[in-house]
Amino acid sequence: MTRDHRPSYLEIRDLRVVFDKFVAVDGVDLRVEQGDLRFLIGPNGAGKTTTIDAVTALAPAQGSINHNGHELVGRKTHKIVRYGVGRTFQTASVFEDLTVLQNLDIAAGLRRRPREMLRHRTGVSARITEVMKTTGLSDFQETKAGVLSHGQKQWLEIGMLMVQDANVLLLDEPVAGMSQDERDATGELLRKLAADHVVVVVEHDMEFLRKYAQSVTVMAAGKIIAEGTVAEVQANPTVQEIYLGTAGTKSLEEAKAEAEMLGLDPEAVTVGVPSATEREEH
Amino acid sequence: MTTTATPPATTTPSTTGARKLPSVAEGPGVWTTGPRGALIGLGIGAVLLLVVAPLTLGGFGLDLLGRYLCMAMVAVGIGLVWGRGGMLAMGQGVYFGLGAYIMAMHMTLADTTLEGESIPTFMRQNGVERLPELWGIVQHPVIAVAAIILVPTAVAGLLGWAIFSRRVKGAYFAILSQALAAAFAVLIIGQPVLTNGSNGLSNFQSLFGWDLDDSGNRLVLFLVVAVILLAMLAVTWQLYRSRFGELLVAVRDQEERVRFLGYDPALIKTVAYMIAALFAAIGGALFVPVVGIISPADIGVVPSIAFLIGVAIGGRATWLGPVLGSIAVSFAGTQLASAFPSAWVYLQGLLFVLVIGFLPGGLASVIGLLRRRRPEGRGGGRGDGSAGAPDEPGDDPQDTTREATEPEAAR
Amino acid sequence: MEILISQLFAGLSLGSVLLLAAVGLSLTFGQMGVINMAHGEFIMAGAYTAFTVQQILGSAGVSLLVSLPLAFLVGGLLGLILEATLLRRMYHRPLDTLLVTFGVSLILQQLARDIFGAPSVDVRLPELLSGPVMIFGTPVPASRVFILALTVVVVAGLSLLMSRTSLGRRIRAVVQSRELAEASGISSRRTDALTFFVGSGLAGVAGVAITLIGSTSPTLGTTYIVDAFLVVVAGGIGQIRGAVIAAAGLGLLQVFFEFGTTASIAKVIVLVIVVAFLQIRPQGIVATRTRGLA
Repeated sequence: MTRDHRPSYLEIRDLRVVFDKFVAVDGVDLRVEQGDLRFLIGPNGAGKTTTIDAVTALAPAQGSINHNGHELVGRKTHKIVRYGVGRTFQTASVFEDLTVLQNLDIAAGLRRRPREMLRHRTGVSARITEVMKTTGLSDFQETKAGVLSHGQKQWLEIGMLMVQDANVLLLDEPVAGMSQDERDATGELLRKLAADHVVVVVEHDMEFLRKYAQSVTVMAAGKIIAEGTVAEVQANPTVQEIYLGTAGTKSLEEAKAEAEMLGLDPEAVTVGVPSATEREEH
Repeated sequence: MTTTATPPATTTPSTTGARKLPSVAEGPGVWTTGPRGALIGLGIGAVLLLVVAPLTLGGFGLDLLGRYLCMAMVAVGIGLVWGRGGMLAMGQGVYFGLGAYIMAMHMTLADTTLEGESIPTFMRQNGVERLPELWGIVQHPVIAVAAIILVPTAVAGLLGWAIFSRRVKGAYFAILSQALAAAFAVLIIGQPVLTNGSNGLSNFQSLFGWDLDDSGNRLVLFLVVAVILLAMLAVTWQLYRSRFGELLVAVRDQEERVRFLGYDPALIKTVAYMIAALFAAIGGALFVPVVGIISPADIGVVPSIAFLIGVAIGGRATWLGPVLGSIAVSFAGTQLASAFPSAWVYLQGLLFVLVIGFLPGGLASVIGLLRRRRPEGRGGGRGDGSAGAPDEPGDDPQDTTREATEPEAAR
Repeated sequence: MEILISQLFAGLSLGSVLLLAAVGLSLTFGQMGVINMAHGEFIMAGAYTAFTVQQILGSAGVSLLVSLPLAFLVGGLLGLILEATLLRRMYHRPLDTLLVTFGVSLILQQLARDIFGAPSVDVRLPELLSGPVMIFGTPVPASRVFILALTVVVVAGLSLLMSRTSLGRRIRAVVQSRELAEASGISSRRTDALTFFVGSGLAGVAGVAITLIGSTSPTLGTTYIVDAFLVVVAGGIGQIRGAVIAAAGLGLLQVFFEFGTTASIAKVIVLVIVVAFLQIRPQGIVATRTRGLA
């Protein structure tokens, strides 16, 4: 891998994702480099999660997705992961019947040889110990992941991403359902990770975004409509129109709240006709 | 990386296990057995099978037990693919049958040669004059043994890869494996010239030159069967506690998620399926000299599915449950089937309904439940894995199997 | 030419029997994800219904007309009981339903053995169906033409049920999204029960049809269940259109390969073809698309 010499990057060129006849992602160009902490936002159905899905071969991609010189389009999911692309899901998906340690060990085991696979795990690697400490899960090493609280599961998933030897981290709504303290802790962690990883965060929480985003990409109806710093994006008239005018499938209250978070006038929000959107969920 | 502000770990694990009594009805879960439990389990098994059984059982009883042990080998493999891997293999009779028929062909040929003939009697009766090539291959004992090991494993590998790599799973896989068993039985019945059709192959005199009528030889045969079964148990124990075993459970519960950690689930599943096929084939190959006959009635759809019930009763995800359940069901079968054939079928049907429907964790989960209700049984949120509740003394090796935590179905 | 037509007909005829056996299965599988292994025994129950009716009524023609609706009821009721007592509580464990219903099928088989005896029994054909009829100058058995026609009627009726009636709309709604259907006031529980009734009833009808071309024994169901499952799997789960294509395809393939080899080898070849086909289309002929990490 090139990350020892040059900064890692993820470069998406003219990405299109089509389900039957519905165009979920329509010609997206996106370049994120190591050191950046990129937030991907947009109304429901904008194609944010679908873009991440396309990078990890969960959705059918057309176009080009390049990671440090490796073309990812057309490869299978597990091969893409082996190139160093890791992701989390909106609903934390951990192995509930396995312990926290076992979850992390599996996540860290991608490059193990067959012989190691057939042996029992002896001891806990330094990296896993460190990650358990970072994610506050040290006390739950032998607890089955299924009995963790919602926030803990999300932290476990982030921990799995950290031990996974990935240099591109794609996080889908990592702080949903977390308490304020947990959000801040997550934000700090992401900031640290961004120094030596390519980090892309899909997030609806605008307060979280304003606090931690270094750069923001705004999507709507499958296209990128703005990119820049938080301030630049806030000042962008198209973004204002998207968030104030057609509020997608959101309720009026949600849209107003979101507009307020962006620093716009909530009273200017009107709920337009919901555009043809796909529900972003897993 | 330095430690960041960690989230306040105020939230205690959200389990309400104590209150949630009927969690046995939720799923197979994961059972772990530590090294001490494994040694005790294998030790008790060895004493029972290698010492007690030969001393107390007569030749007939020993043959019967040997037969149960051969069937139990299939059950060990099913526990691996179904209990741990979540693949409902309904056609293990195919691999059992492959092993059995290769062995039976070899033994028939060996007997034929001893009698100074060139082709087996049933073929002569069918008007065959030259030995078919398929038979000629397994004439040499080394090749026969190699074929018993390699052919079923290769078939399982090819089929498994074809199915799993295309993400055919769940019910689709179950149905395909079942169709495979149906087709295999039909194939064998449909080729009477090669296989003696539905009569099967029987009346064996010798195995690798050993006289099968000699009671000393039969005892050795039984001991070999018992040792092989114990060896399989040791292998599965190691597999279950290995990283591969953990990964297999991960694939069972969330196959897609495993893919996103960079593994190919198809490979993991195929390997488990091949191991199960190998165990079944060895069971089949040993079944032939022990029982003295193999016929399509032993390997079709119904016998293939019948292998599953013992596994389910014993606890599909446990280490020893499948073996114990399988032996118990075989025993009950021979006891009941001759005296009350109709009642036995009803009972079998009822067992499927009651165990799978209401006790999917098997009897093992009842033991787990009883243990959990005792105050010292609940080790709190953080156990230390290998040293849990002490094993209950007792002659039932199942006691050495214990649950790490309750199978929590959090969905 | 004559051989071709008679082969073609034999294939379609086999396909129609398979389809009749599979169409109810496809309905219950698609609706609830329940794999009902006892479906074969519902077919067997239908066949014994035809036998019993004939024993009582005597006349082959009249009893055939009586048996068809009666067998539908018998199969349907068996299905209702199974759904209400066992399957209802197991919808989240589809693989386990497979084994539970296998247990039920063992019990039903033994019940048939205890009531009717293990040896097979025969149902007499009505005069009208016992001879051959000419199709394009080729004689074919009239009973098989009748089954072909019956299959067309059943499938057409089922399609109408699905597209035109409120039950059909409810079924489709529940298949697409259980939660959404519930939210819009559809009782998924009642829909499930009704679907199971119809699907299992169709098994009873299939049983009557099968008595016209062969004898009836307690193991009748096991001979059809595996092939019926293959039809459902190859056709795409819950898809009537897919099941029709798959049944015709499997029937024709089976007969085609039988012509060159033997029935048993043909069966193996057909299975290999199904596995190979699933390589290309893992979701069957007609696929329902789902999104997300499921």
